[in-house]
Amino acid sequence: MAARIPTLEKPPAPPRGPGGPAGDRGPGHGGEDAVAPATPAKVFVWLFVGTVIVLFAAFTSTYLARRGQPGWTEVPLPPVLWLSTVILAVSSAVLEWARRQGRAGRLDGLRRGLVLTTVLGIGFLASQLVAWRQLVSAGLYLSTDPHSSFFYLLTGAHGLHLLGGLGALLYTGWKVHQIRQSAPAVAFTDPTATYWHFLGILWVYLFGLLFWL
Amino acid sequence: MAELPPPTESQQVGRRLGLLILAMVLVGGVGSFLWATRVWWLPPVASQQGIEVDRLFTITLIVTGLAFIVVHLALGVFAWRYADRGQPTQRAFYWHDNRTLELTWTLVPAAVLVTLISMGALVWTRVHSAPPVGAMMVDVRALQFGWMFRYPGPDGTFGKAGTEHVNPGSNPFGVDPADPAGADDIVTKELHIVLGEPVVVRMTSHDVIHSFFLPNFRVKQDVVPGMFTTVWFVPTASGKFEIACAELCGVGHYIMRNTVTVEPTRAAFEAWLAQQKK
Amino acid sequence: MAVKPEVAHAEHEHEHPRSFWKKYVFSQDHKIIGIQYLMTSFFMALVGGFLAMLIRMQLGFPGLKFYWAQWLFPNGFSGDQMKPDFYLAMVTMHGTIMIFFVLTTALSGGFGNLLIPLQIGARDMAFPWLNMMSYWLYPPAILILLASFFVTGGAASAGWTSYPPLSALRNAVPGSLYGQTLWLISLALLIVAFLFGSLNYITTVLQLRTRGMSMSRLPLLTWAQFITAILMLLSFPVLLAAAIMMLFDRHLGTSFFIPGGLIVGGQPVPHSGGDPILWQHLFWFLGHPEVYVLILPPMGIVSEVLSTNGRKPIFGYFFMIGSLASIAFLSFLVWGHHMFTSGMDPLLGTAFMTTTLVIAVPSAIKTFNWLATLWRAKIRYTTATMFAVGFISLFVTGGLTGIFLASPAIDIHFQDTFFVVAHFHFVMASAALFGLFAGSYHWFPKMFGRLMNERLGKIHFWLTFIGVYATFFPMHFAGTAGMMRRIFSTQMYQFLQPLAGLNIFISIAGFMLGIAQLLFAYNFIYSAFRGPKAGSNPWQANTLEWQAPSPPPHGNWGATLPVVHRWPYDYSVPGAEQDFLPQTAPEQAAPTALGADGAGSASLQVKPRGEEA
Repeated sequence: MAARIPTLEKPPAPPRGPGGPAGDRGPGHGGEDAVAPATPAKVFVWLFVGTVIVLFAAFTSTYLARRGQPGWTEVPLPPVLWLSTVILAVSSAVLEWARRQGRAGRLDGLRRGLVLTTVLGIGFLASQLVAWRQLVSAGLYLSTDPHSSFFYLLTGAHGLHLLGGLGALLYTGWKVHQIRQSAPAVAFTDPTATYWHFLGILWVYLFGLLFWL
Repeated sequence: MAELPPPTESQQVGRRLGLLILAMVLVGGVGSFLWATRVWWLPPVASQQGIEVDRLFTITLIVTGLAFIVVHLALGVFAWRYADRGQPTQRAFYWHDNRTLELTWTLVPAAVLVTLISMGALVWTRVHSAPPVGAMMVDVRALQFGWMFRYPGPDGTFGKAGTEHVNPGSNPFGVDPADPAGADDIVTKELHIVLGEPVVVRMTSHDVIHSFFLPNFRVKQDVVPGMFTTVWFVPTASGKFEIACAELCGVGHYIMRNTVTVEPTRAAFEAWLAQQKK
Repeated sequence: MAVKPEVAHAEHEHEHPRSFWKKYVFSQDHKIIGIQYLMTSFFMALVGGFLAMLIRMQLGFPGLKFYWAQWLFPNGFSGDQMKPDFYLAMVTMHGTIMIFFVLTTALSGGFGNLLIPLQIGARDMAFPWLNMMSYWLYPPAILILLASFFVTGGAASAGWTSYPPLSALRNAVPGSLYGQTLWLISLALLIVAFLFGSLNYITTVLQLRTRGMSMSRLPLLTWAQFITAILMLLSFPVLLAAAIMMLFDRHLGTSFFIPGGLIVGGQPVPHSGGDPILWQHLFWFLGHPEVYVLILPPMGIVSEVLSTNGRKPIFGYFFMIGSLASIAFLSFLVWGHHMFTSGMDPLLGTAFMTTTLVIAVPSAIKTFNWLATLWRAKIRYTTATMFAVGFISLFVTGGLTGIFLASPAIDIHFQDTFFVVAHFHFVMASAALFGLFAGSYHWFPKMFGRLMNERLGKIHFWLTFIGVYATFFPMHFAGTAGMMRRIFSTQMYQFLQPLAGLNIFISIAGFMLGIAQLLFAYNFIYSAFRGPKAGSNPWQANTLEWQAPSPPPHGNWGATLPVVHRWPYDYSVPGAEQDFLPQTAPEQAAPTALGADGAGSASLQVKPRGEEA
């Protein structure tokens, strides 16, 4: 685009005409060299978080509508849920620590942190299972009353998403194990971390919705 | 560019397409509506709200009909007129924005729609306004696949009812035998109402969702299990009309028919009701 | 071709030999996946269309003897006559298949995959593997759905809307025994497929546009697909949530949607306290955006086809984008208009009427903009153009009848009658189908490198256009007379007696319409192998996909990606040598002979695409 007819060199968009900003200065990122490898993954993970939010918003609206109706009895809160909450919070903190390590160039720390986060995630699921067992032994089943239905439904749906998060963590851990430089390793971890933190926030939200609202 | 249609053909196709739009869609569409008003039209109206609904329908039909004619006229003429005629000098008009035009066809439809919204809202709120005091009450039960009706009897109040009291033989409606208010309730197999007297219909279902549809009265209300829904209307013609179920309710959806009889006088209605007590 | 695309015919370096399985079956190439989606959708369209024919046979000719169909569906008939429960299963499956398994998959899955990367100048989707997964969830969903015809009780029979308790109580209707479960699972799978697809589309459009392809230079089809993907992303999870809760209600004893104290078939139902209306809210919160998911991509297709073959810029590009976006936004606020008679608060009815009529404004803008695009155009009547013009007609007709249904007072009479059936078969089903046909004829070269037969295509158009009007227009009258939807027979009702002749007419027109579609199937398959070879840009179009070879190779572009210099609608620019300027044409390509056209050098200063040449 070196040689242009002078009169045409103006930005092609007339004030009201279509076409937007000038030619090759457009914001498109396309082209293999132009794209940082993790960028689409970042966009993807935020979009995915949006989808999951819509899913749980649908559950929430049903829950709120249902709660306003007669015949509503509350399930007692299984204390082990507090443990779950703590485990998940710690796992998020560990993951953050791991990313710091990675950014500081300490790949070992990043790897170890990812493993620990995964283990804590498994611990969370185990703790949730204990909560289910406790409710079952108290005679509260899925179909006992609406609140117990929602409890199993919401914790189950969250647990499934967390299972997916564990898969992502394992995959990230495996990838990070192969990558030699810390910058791409961190870039690879970022989307997974976003999702994992989101799962933590989602759990706190569900916990509050089910027992404190 | 052998793939492109030869221009002469484009001109011919454009003419045919324009003609088809003008003849079939425009003339055929408008004409068939005019024809349909005589053979397949709204069932004869028999209620006050029906008269209002029909008036609103007619107004909307005229407005949308005009829009239909204008747009198809333009589409047909453009399709015909602006085909590629194969002349090398013919070139499309390079024209892609005109703020005035675009605002016009944003604001004009908006204005028309606002008018329609206001008129529609008026009728809708009137249909759903509180029923007049002292209106006749009827309690309706829908079930797969039929209707039951209950009149409150001399005391003017319905006894409690619920599916737990249902006995298919002796108490299909589910009237609570322990409730004294229900002792004089009259359960009937048909609906009878009185000409010119407002009637409030409250309804619920024993099983799935049905819809209480009185075509002649322009009444349609879903009958939902677990809750009561209510409509009221004033019959303006006497005679026997049909009740249909309008919401898919199962295998027998299409046979879920009943009748509503508008008695010309109160006395005739009372006489019918007295018969039902036996 | 005066304007040589920079990269079009360069040998492709990414072309590695791949096995048949990797190339055509488990392909990660967006074009192959697009074609897979399209072909599978066409197969499902045959199934759904066949069900429609059976429905029309029963409605037009009640008591007809079906010797042959009995062989196919042994449980659907008794004594050669159709059983009412089988009729309901067909109505349900016809709706489900056509909406989710044909139109959504073909328009969004098919054309979205085929064209988004090509139109933005990308080599593929952002996540090719996810894209492949998205497609490969679709055939299992089909198998599960079709298998439901052969389980005890038959396929789901509670309508495509599956209102509980009819759908939730397993003894309420035969199809609810097992069929409904398969319906829910199949839909859940398909929803996941759609979500994968949407995530991919949005990321791709945001991230992989080539140099110079700003958002304000995107072709309208890509804009439409982009906004559709956002709609899907925000609406389908709601249906997924509802489907999960319905499955719980059906099999795990919960009572989300089932109220207490019901008696079905003489048996008390052991549920309590649920709310059936809740399902309707959740369903329509998806359901209404879903109809826009079906209509936005055809709107994009029609915009492209009309502009290209009208040799004229699309009128009001930014208004077109704005109306797409506002339709998408408003579509989340209108769901209640499906529920005016459900017992919802009348005040809500007024609110939903307002939002619904407001959504008519952007639709009107689009219609008038298309008309303005046709005004003083130079229309080349390819088959695609004819379908695009037909689309406008159908969309207007269906849109105007929607105004009746949006007014709750009028809707009291029309709700759940054939007027509704007529309305959505125009505005959503037929219009979307016309968009699908226009797209197929127009972009066929980009699928198979060949052209479809234009003569057959035109016959197909005449028959289809006449057939659609003859079939669906009279349904308005049936609805006005009060004929309810989903009834097995009109014979029970006195007030429906005059409609017998009308129903025969509709049925015959419907058969004609159905048979005409075989022409398309034949043309499509025949042309894929034997059609005349197409050049890279047979329609002399501007958008990027026409700068790639037909069919584009794996990776789409040669060694270098195309660079974009202008918006996609520079047709008939005054002074330009040719009546089209591809998006890759450098700026100086435009106005070589401007003086001859009477436009002075003053207008040259503000660019050849200045106002009102």
